[in-house]
Amino acid sequence: MRDTGNPVTNGRIYDAQGVDELIFLDIQATDSSRGLLYETIGKTAEQVFMPFCVGGGVRSVDDIRNLLRAGADKVAINTAAVENPGLISQGAEVFGRQCIVASIDFRRVGDQALVFTHGGKRATGLDVLSHAVCMAELGAGEILLTSIDRDGTMEGYDLEITRRVSNAVDIPVIASGGPGTLQHLVDAVEEGGASAVAVGSLFHFTDQSPIKARSFMATAGVPVRMQV
Amino acid sequence: MAERIILPGVGAFGTCISQLRASGLIPALEKAVLVERKPLLGICVGMQLLADRGLEDGVHDGLGWISGEVRALQPEGLRIPHVGWNDVQASGLPGPLSWLQGEQAFYFTHSYQFVPAAASVIAAVCDYGGPVVAAVQRANIFATQFHPEKSQQMGLRILEEFLRWSP
Repeated sequence: MRDTGNPVTNGRIYDAQGVDELIFLDIQATDSSRGLLYETIGKTAEQVFMPFCVGGGVRSVDDIRNLLRAGADKVAINTAAVENPGLISQGAEVFGRQCIVASIDFRRVGDQALVFTHGGKRATGLDVLSHAVCMAELGAGEILLTSIDRDGTMEGYDLEITRRVSNAVDIPVIASGGPGTLQHLVDAVEEGGASAVAVGSLFHFTDQSPIKARSFMATAGVPVRMQV
Repeated sequence: MAERIILPGVGAFGTCISQLRASGLIPALEKAVLVERKPLLGICVGMQLLADRGLEDGVHDGLGWISGEVRALQPEGLRIPHVGWNDVQASGLPGPLSWLQGEQAFYFTHSYQFVPAAASVIAAVCDYGGPVVAAVQRANIFATQFHPEKSQQMGLRILEEFLRWSP
């Protein structure tokens, strides 16, 4: 794991660069990190005027409410969506489905793609496709689909699984995990069928920026927001 | 006393309207908006609540301040919810959007749309598998389906214009 600095500062820079959305995941969420997370969200929401999705350790409707009160617009639910799928439908009922993002981490195991929880550490045995369909049926408004195998590798998204999931559901799928070039972003949309692409390392560790990404994707024929 | 009122919204229609009723604020809001004519900005579900009724998870009465109905989006071949940045075109009503020339992108996230009874209240539209109402306006009431507070510079401009607006 590499430290990429203060999340609030990073958020402000991305806002200035016209990023379309910010996703914060507290990947080591613990009860004791909760207070700090709320504080970080609050500071970020004060300075960043763009959609803001937050996840990590969300277990209950109260957790969702607290994150929204702190300044999040959407809440990503991962482990709890496997252990207690009813939380997805409860969340959608109370806050609207646009608010509930099913965050799905998967790994290739033999010829299968299986869902992992607890920050990618625990195998569930669930097939990624059937889990995604279940999330959409329960009322998730989006799927954040992360390939654990690819995450941080910069080798490109898992296009095959992204395509299979985006074909199987009618809610937007955000491809996550693995982009190392701007062409990888285009591939996720064109070959993977993703509605949006999530980027971490590519912007943190290379000289690529959201502005270059937007222009590259537009040139490749992907519909992106141009005036920012 | 508030000079201007913002009715924001994250949530499902039924939950929002019942919580607003339970809060006991509706009589005060009616007085401020309908009698004293203070400018009101509705955002997202806050715009939808202005309608006569909402059809999300059952039928719920809305505030009825701008006549119309909130129905499910059913764009052929497109995904629901409508999430992301989409181009908006103003209809030319004088008001918080009158500066908006051509098309500008704003951030949307919704599964239901406001279908007004009268086209004259439509302040802006976007295209999502067909025209979708992006903003409505009547007298001192202005509301957007998109989120100006999440639409970076262009969105902040709308908030500024709303604060300056004297309907």
